[in-house]
Amino acid sequence: MAHVELRTVRKSFGALEIIKGVDLEVKDREFVVFVGPSGCGKSTLLRMIAGLEEITDGEVLIDGVRVNDVPPDARGLAMVFQSYALYPHMTVADNLGFALRLASVARQERSAKVLAAARILQLEPLLERKPGQLSGGQRQRVAIGRAIVRNPKVFLFDEPLSNLDAALRVQMRVELAKLHRELKATMIYVTHDQVEAMTMADRIVVLNQGRIEQVGSPLELYHRPANRFVAGFIGSPTMNFVEVTATTVSDQGVAIQLPGGAVMTVPVDGAGVSIGDKLTLGARAEHLKVAPSGVLRGEVMVVERLGGLTYLYVQLTPADLITVHAEGDLPVKVRDVVSVALEPKSAHLFRRDGAAIRHLGGGPPAT
Amino acid sequence: MANVMQSGGRKRGRGREVRTGPLIAPAVLPLIVWAFVPLAVSLWFSLLHYNLLDPITRFAGFDNYSYLLTDPSLLDALWNTLALVVGVLAASIGLGCLFAVLLDQEFYGRSVARLLVIAPFFVMPTVSALIWKNLLMHPVNGLIAYITRSLHLGVIDWFGSWPLTSVGIIVAWQWVPFATLILLTAIQSLDREQVEAARMDGAKSVSMFFFITLPHLARPIAIVIMIETIFLLSVFAEILVTTNGGPGDASTNLTYLVYKTALLDFDVGGGSAGGIVAVILANVVALFLVRTVARNLD
Amino acid sequence: MAMRRKTKRKIGMTVLGWAVALLVAFPIFWMTLAAFKTEIDAIATPPLLFFSPTLENFAEVHSRADYPVFAANSIFISVSATAVAILLALPAAYAMAFHPSKRTKDLLLWMLSTKMMPAVGVLIPMYLFFKAAHLLDTTYGLILIYILMNLPIVVWMIYSFFRDVPKEILEAARMDGARPLQQVSMLLVPLALPGIASTALLSIILCWNEAFWSINLTATQARPLTAFIASFSSPEGLFWAKLSAASLLAIAPIVIFGFMTQRQLVRGLTFGAVK
Repeated sequence: MAHVELRTVRKSFGALEIIKGVDLEVKDREFVVFVGPSGCGKSTLLRMIAGLEEITDGEVLIDGVRVNDVPPDARGLAMVFQSYALYPHMTVADNLGFALRLASVARQERSAKVLAAARILQLEPLLERKPGQLSGGQRQRVAIGRAIVRNPKVFLFDEPLSNLDAALRVQMRVELAKLHRELKATMIYVTHDQVEAMTMADRIVVLNQGRIEQVGSPLELYHRPANRFVAGFIGSPTMNFVEVTATTVSDQGVAIQLPGGAVMTVPVDGAGVSIGDKLTLGARAEHLKVAPSGVLRGEVMVVERLGGLTYLYVQLTPADLITVHAEGDLPVKVRDVVSVALEPKSAHLFRRDGAAIRHLGGGPPAT
Repeated sequence: MANVMQSGGRKRGRGREVRTGPLIAPAVLPLIVWAFVPLAVSLWFSLLHYNLLDPITRFAGFDNYSYLLTDPSLLDALWNTLALVVGVLAASIGLGCLFAVLLDQEFYGRSVARLLVIAPFFVMPTVSALIWKNLLMHPVNGLIAYITRSLHLGVIDWFGSWPLTSVGIIVAWQWVPFATLILLTAIQSLDREQVEAARMDGAKSVSMFFFITLPHLARPIAIVIMIETIFLLSVFAEILVTTNGGPGDASTNLTYLVYKTALLDFDVGGGSAGGIVAVILANVVALFLVRTVARNLD
Repeated sequence: MAMRRKTKRKIGMTVLGWAVALLVAFPIFWMTLAAFKTEIDAIATPPLLFFSPTLENFAEVHSRADYPVFAANSIFISVSATAVAILLALPAAYAMAFHPSKRTKDLLLWMLSTKMMPAVGVLIPMYLFFKAAHLLDTTYGLILIYILMNLPIVVWMIYSFFRDVPKEILEAARMDGARPLQQVSMLLVPLALPGIASTALLSIILCWNEAFWSINLTATQARPLTAFIASFSSPEGLFWAKLSAASLLAIAPIVIFGFMTQRQLVRGLTFGAVK
């Protein structure tokens, strides 16, 4: 069992509060990703779980045991650092076996465990090399191998892929996902890249300025973001936001006036919304379509053709530039005027304070 | 929640892990004693009439200081000290910059040439003084004398006619390499891309030097000035070995004056007063330097 | 065309660069020559560039009863002072590099400021103290002073080299179960060893060349090479070749050390401000 719990955890550096009261539960064998912009505190949170940062207030529990005062190596965790932090003067084999050596494990047993970990990550041919002689991807695997050897209850990853080039990153994502299934271990993973979060996580924790904005499965966050921040953070390209005004509220939903004059009714719970309220409409590029009967109209400013698909940047008003997803072969040129359609079900409405207005009909659409 | 300071330690410990007090104390405590105790004793002595040849030691108040401050030797020494420091600094920075730029250029055998230019800094001051005094500047057997004689320019009596300058040459010979080393290292840390951008903008050697290299060197030059000043104020061995401060007081600097007073005249009181003056001078210079030049240090 | 221009420039620079280099290093070169001349040759006019070299000066220097003693003193003093300074500095540098507090920077700057105090200001108290404590003309006395003299630089340099070791490596070791002492001995010191070595060399160079305390606080027994050479300040014409030989032996190791550690020297000599 490897169950991690955070209760009202706070962290301050002097007068500056970095983590402002975090409550979280990570279930056994879950792959949880902490994601958020730079400075949101995700690495700090991870390091507090690891024991590398002191916890100013609150509690961290591993398997029900309070570990605030337990040193890092006694918590049953292992960490993979962003810069890998391999020991440059030791061979790969020595790097992998270092923790065992410190624990005075007999050499025979040590070699056996090192070999086992090396096998999982295909590191056998590299065992006698030094980190300086390895490529970035190889070093990263050694860093992971070092964690595996310790047979920890929980694996902690601090942005492990950010130092790799794009192609390697995709490859390692797949390998990490496979590793998770193979090892059946609890993994807590920190990244600023929401694509990594979406593709790898069982659950995502979105952090912003030391607070949790939302916790949920990737699709939950995608379809039902709790506020504007999460909506804008998750999903690529970024969700389009347009300022609108509420015209009517009924039990069908809230009707809003769009730039250009058209009116659309979005099926959300209108409680607390008054006529004339300024709201924000959120629509993902992939839910917008170029169609003759569209409710939005604008001039195409930039066309980005990726081959299989195309992104259009359409200027609705001087203030509103939206991204629209289109098929790869759509014959649109710059300066064309297009109309864009939006399915009301796929639209999001946010209040002035950023909170999302609840969708009628509950949870995310069934996949 | 951090541990309370250890007695004698100067640091707060960090929570449960490591207490820094006992780690730092062995290095810091001796320095504290070294920094304050001898100085305090010097101060005390300077207020005494205390001569190792005189059986009576009595309190003298500021007598030593008033005697010292009216002694023309002190003024000479102060002037010589300043002249020496400023002269060697000027040579160090001027030649140091030029040599550094030169050694930064690509040429054959550059690394060996670099070693040759830097070597004098590592030579013992007593040895360097003797080389210059006996082998080069000696009016009879020295190489320079030979050269000037061959050119029918007569012979320069270096230490007789130009004692302070001669000492300055010897000291500069050792410190220009130091400046060169520092500045060369700094030049080589100059961002290559900046140089290339300047070249694209049309900068040739001279303008490159003035607009790109020199501003980048401003900080290292400041550092060289600060460090050299500390050491140049205390030039001693070169004077001892060549002129003994003479003729008269012509090449006596403050350090040598105190040495003479204390160890040759056995005047502890007077010597201590001189020493205190040297300390005050050093502090004034340091303050001045730190204010005007070290704003961007570290 | 550009190739030729570039080569012409390179040749021009070569001439200029070597002219400067030879001019600057000339005194050392000249002294080296003198060391291999007979005394007569050494004071010959015109000064001889070509002569039949001899090793008799070196032989005589070595056979003198006292020269080896002076050399041994220099070695003993420099190495001991360096060793002790490093031992004292290692824990301090570790604490300041990895467990800094608000006052760490101030502390380091203060330590450096103790070097700004002119030695002459405390010459008398130290002399009298040494006399009373029977430390005059002992190597231990000089070692004590040199430790205090070099501690600031040694601490600063080791601190700076420790900071170069990525913090994450030590954290990884901590996660692996290494206690602070193990982190230091198994990771930090091996990784910072080149830096510590050059710090040691710099300290040895500074001790070896120190020419104020060594002259004033020693007489015959503890006299190191600096003071020995200084005692030949009155010119005796028949002595120069031997003096040159002795000087050459005295400076050779240090000049070589200096060459070996140039890069790191810069860091130490500028208190880390220039890297």
